[in-house]
Amino acid sequence: MADTHRHEIDAHSGVSTTGHEWDGIRELNNPLPRWWLWTFYACILWAVVYWLLFPAWPLVTGYTYGVLGWKSRDAIQTDLAQLRAQRAVFADKLAAANLPEIEQNPELLAFARAQGRAAFGDNCAPCHGSGAAGTKGYPNLNDDDWLWGGTLEQIHATIQHGARSADPDAHVGDMPAFGRDGMLPRADIVAAADYVRHLAGLPPAADAQIDKGQAVFAANCAACHGPEGKGNPELGAPNLTDPIWLYGSDRATLIQTISNGRAGLMPAWKGRLDDGTLKALTVYVHTLGGGQ
Amino acid sequence: MATVNLIRAAAPQAVPPADDDAPLYEARRKIYPIAVRGTFRRIKWTLLVVTLGIYYLLPFVRWHRGPDAPSQAVLVDFPNSRFYFFFIEIWPQEIYYLTGLLILAALVLFLMNAVAGRVWCGYLCPQTVWTDLFQTIERLVEGDPRQRREKLKNASRTRRAFEAAAKHVLWLMVAWWTGGAWVLYFADAPTLVMQLIKGEAPVVAYVWIGILTATTYVLAGHMREQVCTYMCPWPRIQAALTDEYALNVTYRYDRGEPRGSFKKTEALRRQGLPGGDCVDCRQCVAACPTGVDIRQGLQLSCVQCGLCIDACDTVMKKIGRPAGLIAYDTEMNVQRRQHGEAPVYRLLRARTVLYAALIVLIGGLMAVVLATRGSEGLSVIHDRNPLFVQLSDGSIRNGYTLRLVNKLLVPRRFALSVEGVPEARLEVIGEAASPGADPVVSVGPDQTYEIRVLVSTAARLPAGASLPVAFRLTDVSGGETISVADHFKGP
Ligand code: SF4
Ligand code: SF4
Repeated sequence: MADTHRHEIDAHSGVSTTGHEWDGIRELNNPLPRWWLWTFYACILWAVVYWLLFPAWPLVTGYTYGVLGWKSRDAIQTDLAQLRAQRAVFADKLAAANLPEIEQNPELLAFARAQGRAAFGDNCAPCHGSGAAGTKGYPNLNDDDWLWGGTLEQIHATIQHGARSADPDAHVGDMPAFGRDGMLPRADIVAAADYVRHLAGLPPAADAQIDKGQAVFAANCAACHGPEGKGNPELGAPNLTDPIWLYGSDRATLIQTISNGRAGLMPAWKGRLDDGTLKALTVYVHTLGGGQ
Repeated sequence: MATVNLIRAAAPQAVPPADDDAPLYEARRKIYPIAVRGTFRRIKWTLLVVTLGIYYLLPFVRWHRGPDAPSQAVLVDFPNSRFYFFFIEIWPQEIYYLTGLLILAALVLFLMNAVAGRVWCGYLCPQTVWTDLFQTIERLVEGDPRQRREKLKNASRTRRAFEAAAKHVLWLMVAWWTGGAWVLYFADAPTLVMQLIKGEAPVVAYVWIGILTATTYVLAGHMREQVCTYMCPWPRIQAALTDEYALNVTYRYDRGEPRGSFKKTEALRRQGLPGGDCVDCRQCVAACPTGVDIRQGLQLSCVQCGLCIDACDTVMKKIGRPAGLIAYDTEMNVQRRQHGEAPVYRLLRARTVLYAALIVLIGGLMAVVLATRGSEGLSVIHDRNPLFVQLSDGSIRNGYTLRLVNKLLVPRRFALSVEGVPEARLEVIGEAASPGADPVVSVGPDQTYEIRVLVSTAARLPAGASLPVAFRLTDVSGGETISVADHFKGP
């Protein structure tokens, strides 16, 4: 920068220069319009006023709160309250209607399914998966095979009280650990496993003893699963004749199931979710496609 | 070059002193243009009346569509997400028509620019039109610039204060009307006008009227040429788009120079010396709404309104010299004439042809798409999770979400069927199934309706099957059919 050019007027444009020069390129001094400058000052003023009114500056352990006391937390509370008020129109109807009524009213059904879907994503998806397809040990809720029954009432009860949960009304019914607890010798367990595969129409193992397995089944399993292995929703005993398996239908898994028992746990949601949400969840699960 | 000229022209006397005490800002030079008469002034009046007339009155034009739809010809219906334009109704998902319209608008702007420079700026831009209106009001109330100057010296303070107040009140009334007309495009105009009169209109209407009143008053009353010179991007863009054949308001210095008073130039001419046609009366400068001296050449702050042409033509007529000393012409032609060559005007050039062709192409495409669009719609999403469901009887089920669209203004019933899956069973959640028949779904007038559909089959599918399927939607009263393809997945 050379100061010698300070007072120069650019010959070409007739505009004075700022005196700044870089390798022979000189900066012209074209001032801003006045309103532009004022807008700039107004913005600075605005910023200062904003700092005083609203939360602005971070401090070591907190931040400046601003004299208006505005908090983003309060803002979201207000928004949520508004949202609840907006939803109340349908949410109240939902709480008042009984389950079949909800499914028959297209508006209520749409609302319940939307709310149920959201609630499912928040509460149920960790075990049953976001699409309710389940995984090993966690039932698929899209199909028509239900451990504890697939009618609206039964699904409602299961969601409210859970299975094997601490709720006094929870579903109870355990699959005993026939092997671990010494109730059956290993050979009987293997035979029973082969018989179960036979019930389901699955191809038998080469050394399968179907007759022996049938006898073991009749003596030990039929009480819960029924003489034909069709299951019993009162006890959460699955139907063993269909192609849907919660833990797996291969021989090794079945032997493991019979030896160590199974006792999947479904928590009780009554009290944790409000009644309207529980109904919405029920309708959502019921209308996934497998409801009875 | 243009920028340099601009600076000299906009503030010839405001060159700051060449030292560090120069002010941080450039003082605003208030511009009070004189009134002129002539062709371009008439064109501008006509366009002003037409454009403002359309803007202020269009919301009141009625267009009957039936009992379930608004009967306003042009309406942006935000609560129901619809845009109505006479016989056209645009849904939010058809926003591409707006994109097309914006592309068309840009191309028309480019074409105008290639033909005759800143036609938009000079005649059609709202900033120009409203500024013109506000300056006219200013002249009506406070008089033309000469009367103003006299009043500054002679008239009483009260008179001046009264006139200034009257001017601002009139400006605010126009501004308020402008904001008022704006909100009428977003609600039923007669109803909203009644609500506004009774003070029962929604708050948002008052807020927007307030905002537009303020912007109109500030931009047209106070900012004026500053908007064009400092704020608007178009002058910069158009300068990059133009070429040497584009017509611009041009001072024909080949004819005008050397300028001088009528007497002086006539005397020069009698002696056989060159004497230009420009009598240096500065009427062109006085008429210019942006304070430009067009005789310094094409410049950024000139919006090419043509008023200096009218001003100069009036002078030329008075002194008996031919009109058109300032005219729509090109710098190239001025130079050609100086060299004794014939001027060239070329309307058909690569860029004008290209712009015009693109306008026809895109406009035609939009018209065809608009004319052939169906009155019903269907979109299908296959469930992603799970892709398929194994049922207890061994059959396989797929879930889909379907959105049905009824663009007619009457309720309709659609039969839904699926093709491509052997032994397919189709079930719509929430609709009672009637065995043997396709499920029928009702969709209200001008509405969409989302349904969940389950398709299952007991047929044995090959491993990893993904069958192409088609959902078919048929208006049961014998109307259109539409089908959408998707897939059916198996284990
Ligand atoms: S120089 Fe002439 S054309 Fe340009 S803005 Fe001024 S009056 Fe209008
Ligand atoms: S109005 Fe025409 S004659 Fe008068 S100064 Fe302008 S160009 Fe020259």
